[in-house]
Amino acid sequence: MIEIENVRKSFGSLEVLKGVSLTVPKGEVLTVIGGSGSGKSTLLTCINGLEPIDSGRILVDGVEVHAKGTDLNRLRRKIGIVFQQWNAFPHLTVLENVMLAQRKVLGRSRAEAEAEAVRQLKHVGLGDKLSVYPSRLSGGQQQRMAIARALAMSPDYMLFDEVTSALDPQLVGEVLDTLRMLAAEGMTMICVTHEMKFAREVSDRVAFFHQGVIAEIAPPEELFGAPRTPELQKFLAATV
Amino acid sequence: MFNYTFRWNQALKSLPQMLEGALVTMEIAILSMVIGIAIAIVLTLFRLSPLRPLRAVAAVWVEIARNTPALFQIYMVHFGLGSFGIHLTPYLSLLIGIAYNNAGYLTENFRGALTAIPETQTRAARSLGMTSLQAFRHVVMPQMLRIAFLPMTNQMVWAILMTSLGAVVAMNSDLYGVANDLNARTFRTFEIFAIAAVIFYLITKTITISARLLAARLFRY
Repeated sequence: MIEIENVRKSFGSLEVLKGVSLTVPKGEVLTVIGGSGSGKSTLLTCINGLEPIDSGRILVDGVEVHAKGTDLNRLRRKIGIVFQQWNAFPHLTVLENVMLAQRKVLGRSRAEAEAEAVRQLKHVGLGDKLSVYPSRLSGGQQQRMAIARALAMSPDYMLFDEVTSALDPQLVGEVLDTLRMLAAEGMTMICVTHEMKFAREVSDRVAFFHQGVIAEIAPPEELFGAPRTPELQKFLAATV
Repeated sequence: MFNYTFRWNQALKSLPQMLEGALVTMEIAILSMVIGIAIAIVLTLFRLSPLRPLRAVAAVWVEIARNTPALFQIYMVHFGLGSFGIHLTPYLSLLIGIAYNNAGYLTENFRGALTAIPETQTRAARSLGMTSLQAFRHVVMPQMLRIAFLPMTNQMVWAILMTSLGAVVAMNSDLYGVANDLNARTFRTFEIFAIAAVIFYLITKTITISARLLAARLFRY
């Protein structure tokens, strides 16, 4: 379970998160929507401790992420994150990309890591690209590789930060299909996205971020069907 | 106009000795590069470190190495340390002096290479649970070495040529030292140094060409 309690976070004088509270139980698929700069992506990087927070706290399975004694490297093993920019390691083949952290962080043997990498890469439809370097892949393929790389660490949670935003329109579908598949398999996921149709389909709940707070959170039928706040009504009118 | 008779035969007789000297020159250059690269990687880590004293060590090293003559650096290792009672052989002094110089220049090359690697690479590695050292070692460093590969071959060539500075510490087993001794014994100055120069040229050319071939094999991505 991920528990976020009254988290505040500023970059300089700009307060990006203004008291965000949210609980994501195991197995839930939560999508986060909202305008650019509303703090959605920042929240994700705070959850796995890549960004410090100013106040409040975040608990992952009861462990406080930003507490002094927390072993972040250990904690990050159970939280996979995939970014808008897929960040393939260009000097490694697709297979090696997915094997590296398994070997160095989890201490898996070469054979174990390779078997798991092959399994995950097949899972996201890259079974025929194992020995290729990332520069030979399309953006959508690189993004799916990044997903496989995170999944190979056997995480309990997956965070997706606008994973389709940097892709050409025709490549968005293949990545969203991968996310749908994961959701269907019961992975606990928080997806920051601009794809409203996708959010409507896969989510258990949808959170609408506005100016650093969660303005509205509800199951998709409710949130999209009967938006309560004028901000959300305006946002939806603009995006559809 | 010239009152000089070329005696190539006599000079060429000393070719085997000069080739032996060339081997020593190559040995020093290679060792100094291996040591220099290792130190440069450590200095690069120092530079990225949050600890000020470590950053200072790296900064001072690079500043001295790049802004004083290599000849002084070698001289200091031999006679400078000598005045403190640390007496090194000419071979060791030359090796350490060149390695010192290599490390300084290579650290600067690495700094340039690092700016070409996006911060998000480290971020991605860290988010997979790698420590900052693991992220550097397995994700950043291989890319850095690739980008710095050509400057590194330049430094290797420079290291070969710098071995001739062993003259100031009475080094006599390297290519320049051997040539210098032969000259003193035979006075065939032009012939001997011309042959030595050709050998230097062939060594450095071989290095640049094989580096290019190696790069093509090594960096397929």
